[in-house]
Order: sequence, then structure tokens, then C-alpha cells
Amino acid sequence: MTDPIIRFDKVAKRFGDISVLDGLDFTVSRGEKVTIIGPSGSGKSTILRILMTLEDISDGTVWVDGEPLWHEKAGDGTLKPASEAHLHKMRGKLGMVFQSFNLFPHMTVLRNITEAPVQVLGLSKPEAKDRAMGLLDMVGLSDHAEKYPHQMSGGQQQRVAIARALAMRPDILLFDEPTSALDPELVGEVQEVIRKLAYEHDLTMLLVTHEMRFAREISDRVCFIDKGSVHEEGAPEDLFTAPQQPRTQEFLRAVLDG
Amino acid sequence: MDEMTWLDYLPVLGQGAWVTVQLTVWSTLFGALLAFAAGLGKLARNAAVRGLSVAYIEIFRGTSLLVQLFWLYFALPLVGQAIGINLRLPPVTAGILALSLNIGAYGAEVVRGAVQAVTRQQYEAARALNFTPRQTLFRIALPQAIPEMMPPFDNLAIQNLKDTALVSLISLADLAMRAEQLRNYTQDSTTIYTLVLLMYFGMALVLTAFMRGLSSMVGRWRPAQR
Repeated sequence: MTDPIIRFDKVAKRFGDISVLDGLDFTVSRGEKVTIIGPSGSGKSTILRILMTLEDISDGTVWVDGEPLWHEKAGDGTLKPASEAHLHKMRGKLGMVFQSFNLFPHMTVLRNITEAPVQVLGLSKPEAKDRAMGLLDMVGLSDHAEKYPHQMSGGQQQRVAIARALAMRPDILLFDEPTSALDPELVGEVQEVIRKLAYEHDLTMLLVTHEMRFAREISDRVCFIDKGSVHEEGAPEDLFTAPQQPRTQEFLRAVLDG
Repeated sequence: MDEMTWLDYLPVLGQGAWVTVQLTVWSTLFGALLAFAAGLGKLARNAAVRGLSVAYIEIFRGTSLLVQLFWLYFALPLVGQAIGINLRLPPVTAGILALSLNIGAYGAEVVRGAVQAVTRQQYEAARALNFTPRQTLFRIALPQAIPEMMPPFDNLAIQNLKDTALVSLISLADLAMRAEQLRNYTQDSTTIYTLVLLMYFGMALVLTAFMRGLSSMVGRWRPAQR
């Protein structure tokens, strides 16, 4: 594997007595599209949330773009817990699309997309607006710039949320079950946008989903996570058609026969 | 002396009502400022700021407004005397101060509650977009929290309007004081207190209408009446 942009090195995550990640080793290459699958409670979303700095880690080291995410190097070369300034810097490399969209309800679609580029990246308002309109065009919502989130369908809101994340120009985009909260007829339009991103951009993408067919379509690699560690991983055609581990076989049989 | 009719009471009561309006407006405004300061202070990361806010809120919620008023007006000057500072407050100042401090303490809990009611998902989205905690508070959380504060603020403002009647006890010529003066003079309790009742009620209606307007202004982004 060349040039890993993400590396989990023996990462543990515990919530009280409950161990969610247990010595996780996991690597993603630059530009790679990786899907994480696994039963609920297996720690899939936790991996994304740790990367987005929404959860800290209990043990181990997470590396993003060659730097430790939750640590920084002290004067003597050892790692110490990251300061807020370090986390702020590292977060700039990542973006996240949430299951429940999490648009800001008090802002128009356009403001939702321009607010962070203006306030965080320091873009001028016209620059941010240009960038936002370009992205809205990409997700097929140019005509909706002045609407408020509650005036849109879930599928449209999620497409705005994708545009909002892209407006920060992240190197890595995390998708946490992006279609799970959608009515079935709205899943397609969101998948279409993600598919286009996967095919046309060199963005590194990490996706947690239960949509196996979609995972197979867009991923370079699929990881099956169970009980907090990678149980099996491989190219989608291998993992989906010829899983090696009994646990993987069992899981796939359950979800595919659904 | 000529017999007074209810029409003759109106100018006197009107003067009192004007004092009541001023007391209400100023103490509600200062109270709102205190409410935001202490409500956000209670959520601050700095332990000293948090402690100060909690102390203020608990002291002023836990003691009676009347005692606070008397303390500021009668006791504070004596404290001042003892330490050689003039802390004698004019009745208006003592009245507005007591009312503001009291309503601010209740309002602080409203502010804290509304900010905490903003969902975790909103804070997570803000963090994912790399907003600083300050930007998150002012650009994401407060604009969503303020519309939620409006109905309880309306209640507090009306509570405050009615509480202003207490300031007559430190010789402020508000509506309640004027009514009492007229009653002493004419013994026409029924007419006078009916008028006073209606005047307080009218002021409360105006206040509520104003708060409604304010509420729809700060919440204009929200879906039509939930």
C-alpha cells in the first residue's frame, strides 16, 4: 500500500466499560474509496467520528496525512495529547456527511454552504458564493440556493450537506450512513451524487453504509468490521462474492438475503 | 371640594402608569442582558465564570424580590456608610436594579436551557466544519436558541411588569402608588382598582404583542407555526 493518508495504529476506544474499538489497525491510501461494513455496534461509525475529532481515542495512534491526529510531537519527540489548535489544523483536512444531514436550520442553503468557508477559511463572500453555486450545480440544486432546509426533502438536504462539506475542500470525506435516514425513493439521488464524486474526484472517501450493492459499485476496497477490529477486507468483487471468514459470510448472507 | 369622577383619576393614574412602563422597559432590557451573561456564564468552560453565574442565579432566585429591593434601598447605604462609600441609590435606580437582577436570574435559566436544547448534531456539524467554539455559539447555537427563549421571556416580562408594583414600597410613584394615593383621598376603591386592573392588563397585552413581534422576527427562518 502506497502513501497512506489514514492509518489507525492499534487504536482502542472504550465508553466506560464497553470496548468499541479494540486494537484496530486500518489504513486508507490517498484517493482510495473505502467502504466499511459490519453489524450495528461494531464500531464503524466510531472510526469516522474519531477521524472527525468528534470522539477521542482511548489508546493507540491515529495518523492523518503523516501527522498524528489525537497527539502532537512534544519537544523530546514523544507524543503528547493534541491541543485544540492542533485538532483545529487537522480537522481542516477532513469533511463529514452525517446520517441526519445536520444542516443549520436557521440558514438558507447558500448560507449553509458559504458560512464556514467565509468564517473559517477566510474566503470573501463573493468567492464563497461562487464556490457554493458551483457545488450546488454539481449536486443538481442550483435553483434551491435561497430555500431553508425545512423546505426541502431529505434527499435534497443530504445533497446540500455534501456540497457544504465539499466547500471546505477536504482531502478526506467521511460519509456516515448517508442514506439511512432517507425514504427509499430518495436514496438514489444521494447515491448518484456520491457515485459521481467517487468516479470523478481524487478525494479520499470513507463510507459507512448498509447498502451493499452501492458499496460494491463505488469502492476500491471493502472492510468488514466486527467487534471493534477489521475482520476481513478486500476488493469488493472478492469480499462480496467469496468471503473467507465465517463471520463475514454469515453477515453478508443476512444482509443480502435481508 | 368637588366630587371626583373616574375621568379625574385618569391623569393621576396615567402618570403612575408611565413610571410603571419605564420601570418595566428598563428592567426588562437590563434583565435580558443579565440573563444572557449569567446563562452563558453558567455554560462557560472557565470555572470562575461558571461559579459566579451560578451564585448570582441562585441568590436572586432564592430570595424574595421585596427583600432584594429593601436591601438595595435601605441596607446598602448603611453598608456603604460602614466602609466609607456613598451607596445611597435613588429609588428609581434601586427599583430598576432590583427588578433587573431578579428577572435576570430567572432569564438566565431560560437562556441556559435553550442553548443546551440545541441538538448535539448541530454542534457536531459545526465542529466538522471547523468552527471555533465562539463561532459555534454565536453563529450556530444562539440563532437557534433565541427563538426558543421567546415564550418564556414573554412570561418573565409580564411577571416583571406586575412586580414593578412593589417599588411603590420604596416611595416610587408608579401606578400602584398613585392608586393608593387616590384611594386614601377619595375612598373610591372599586373604581380606582378596576381602572388599575385594566391598565395593568392593557400594558400586559401591549407587552405580549411586542414579544410576539420580536419572536417572529428572530424566528423568521422557522417553518410556519409548529
